[in-house]
Amino acid sequence: MTTIYLDHAATTPMLKEVLVEMTAAMETVYGNASSIHTAGREARKALDEARAILAKQLGATANDIILTSGGTEADNMAIFGVAYARKHEGKHIITTEIEHHAVLHACEKLERQGFKVTYLPVDETGRVAVSAVEKALTADTILVTVMYGNNEVGTLQPIEEIGELLKHHPATFHTDAVQAFGLEKIEVEKLQVDLLSASSHKIGGPKGIGLLYAKAGTKMDSLIYGGSQEKKRRAGTENIPAAVGFAKAAQLMAEAQPKTRKAYEQYKAILIEEFTQAGIEFTVNGNEEHMLPHVFNVTLPGTDVESFLVNLDMAGVFVSSGSACTAGSIDPSHVLVAMYGKDSAALRSSIRFSFGQGLNEELVRDAGKRTVNIVKRLT
Amino acid sequence: MNSNTIYLDNSATTKPLPEVMQTFLQVNELYYANPASIHEAGVEANALLMRAREQIANIVRTEAKDVIFTAGGTESNNFAIFGTAQANVHKGKHIITTKIEHPSVLEAVKILAQQGFEVDYLSVNEAGVISLDELRSKVRKDTILVSIMHVNNEMGAIQPIQDAAKIIHEQSRAIFHVDAVQSFGKIPVQFNDQNGPDLITISGHKIHALKGSGALIFRKKLTIAPYIVGGGQEFGLRSGTVAVPQAVALAKASRIAVEAMAEKTLQYEKWYKDLHLFLRNFGSNIHLLSSEAGAAHIISFSVKELKGEILINALQKHGIIVSTSSACSSKQTTTSHVVEALNIAPSFKKGVLRLSFGAQTIDAHIEQFKTIFSDIMCDLKGENK
Ligand SMILES: Cc1ncc(COP(=O)(O)O)c(C=O)c1O
Ligand SMILES: Cc1ncc(COP(=O)(O)O)c(C=O)c1O
Repeated sequence: MTTIYLDHAATTPMLKEVLVEMTAAMETVYGNASSIHTAGREARKALDEARAILAKQLGATANDIILTSGGTEADNMAIFGVAYARKHEGKHIITTEIEHHAVLHACEKLERQGFKVTYLPVDETGRVAVSAVEKALTADTILVTVMYGNNEVGTLQPIEEIGELLKHHPATFHTDAVQAFGLEKIEVEKLQVDLLSASSHKIGGPKGIGLLYAKAGTKMDSLIYGGSQEKKRRAGTENIPAAVGFAKAAQLMAEAQPKTRKAYEQYKAILIEEFTQAGIEFTVNGNEEHMLPHVFNVTLPGTDVESFLVNLDMAGVFVSSGSACTAGSIDPSHVLVAMYGKDSAALRSSIRFSFGQGLNEELVRDAGKRTVNIVKRLT
Repeated sequence: MNSNTIYLDNSATTKPLPEVMQTFLQVNELYYANPASIHEAGVEANALLMRAREQIANIVRTEAKDVIFTAGGTESNNFAIFGTAQANVHKGKHIITTKIEHPSVLEAVKILAQQGFEVDYLSVNEAGVISLDELRSKVRKDTILVSIMHVNNEMGAIQPIQDAAKIIHEQSRAIFHVDAVQSFGKIPVQFNDQNGPDLITISGHKIHALKGSGALIFRKKLTIAPYIVGGGQEFGLRSGTVAVPQAVALAKASRIAVEAMAEKTLQYEKWYKDLHLFLRNFGSNIHLLSSEAGAAHIISFSVKELKGEILINALQKHGIIVSTSSACSSKQTTTSHVVEALNIAPSFKKGVLRLSFGAQTIDAHIEQFKTIFSDIMCDLKGENK
């Protein structure tokens, strides 16, 4: 039986071209980029090029790209960094109830240290209201962090509108674009964000690398201290092969964007068609108008997520219940709770399909059919 | 890099071994899933991750669950220091470290000092070694953390970790952290109950594994706060999607290093002695920073009244890559903090060179270095006249 991997929002396989470039980098530019000898200079050059490519994807300048070990570190760096650097100006932070835990747990830690955090609710489609951000803003607000696109249900947030709103407020604006980078066209200037996180392993790049875009002049402490790498903003020997791989992946994803978008829309349509034709009951979660292309979260009433996932797994369909991050446990998703309330039946019967490279219409249709069979068996 | 390059800067970073790269690529192709995912692909990735953990745990004699993968030595050091300080601040605010630590330790304790922690810095002797008496006199009841590196990255001094551990554990409840980035895989690094460290930092790219990989390893469960928070991976101690391919590559490189350790050590010692004799021939023009009691894979020396950069460039013209004392500080024009701590004559402070050997170093590299270095010294003398 072929297995069908539909969990690309959890992580993706590396793209072939990325593997090739990374391997070449490991063999030829293995020097330490901080060394002054030729080996170091060659490494530095490769790093600079990678950084420039990444910057270009965001319409940013290379100087504003800080390489990190991933999305989580980038989120932590943004949140702790701004909070500690600006704590004398105020101690209020605004975020949403549906952020990734890399943001939520950082905020909770800050609360324990005396910061005040407002967690904004979302509507049933998983979207936060700009007016809610506006209402929550105080003179004490130093940071607003709202994710670009949600990893569990795929809803896009009104980042540009919040950016516009914050033009008249001194708070630093961060967005976690880990799920959107590479899949959506992102221009930091248009969004008017100060900070933006992205991660490589979600877009066919290597694991263990990510970035934080930090607009020049953004007041922020470091998270990782030591050597003077990344212009003293993030210490640790530069991870050049991974940076090269990340840049390659970002470039390929950008080039393929219109095509992938179309393909993923088609995949969604296929799954919906399969479910409809089979006559099983289902609802699609998220916001029809504002959606990440690769995330498809559905509620299948009558199923129980735990046994459902086990059955899908045995049928070779690899999906998830929303977030892969909560290390093995299937706690009710905080995102669905925010959307539907903690008593909603949807919490127990929703699963996430997420698309990426290596899929085609036949595979998706096949996965749809296998899913239908299980649903029929279980309900 | 040119394949004829003679790379003698393995303490700055190393080239991944072909078999380690192979492992990395294979895991990427076959086990790319998120180890936190509960489907079969995730379960398989997690099994590989656990095996990698176990292999490293066996080497340092602890349990698999006590190996926490990080993005490298710097993060591990930050995690050890900030994590310990945060979780134990109610027991005291006193920290001890040395003057010759890596910046990833020194900069972290500096931040803590700004936050009201009290930090004592142990001095070192000419050979770069701390005094146990000084340590004994500084450890207090309210000392919560002692961080001492195993092998110094700039000149190879080895610290008396076991003896230090005894003193620390007898006199305090402090957590003893050892930055073993330069020693792991080169000389034995192990926990040893009460007579050893509590926390050990290792880094992948110094042992022919990948950059951006490392671990903080625990002797047992300790009170330490996570530093990077989020999805709760790595037993809640280090969040972020775990880079399984890097972790597996790190375990593989560790195993290879440990298996080859006896043989490599003999080789390194031979080269070390050889170079030692060779450098002594230059008489008072050269000062050796490394001592024979230090690690054999690092030899550090200084040429009188000369700038290290000049020598590096001259060697480089002949395809030989060495460094000034450390990669991190090599761009700075100021003298390194380690060189300052060694208290050497001012005329020797600028001309420090470090040669460091690795798994891919061969006899011919050392011979070639000697030949070229002699020529350069001759030329330079000619110019000076
Ligand atoms: C929205 C979002 N933010 C942050 C992260 C964390 O990124 P990483 O896995 O690179 O640490 C993820 C993925 O796990 C995510 O989906
Ligand atoms: C002794 C020592 N500790 C820590 C580090 C930092 O490790 P990494 O480069 O993996 O961040 C290094 C190397 O740079 C080192 O030599």
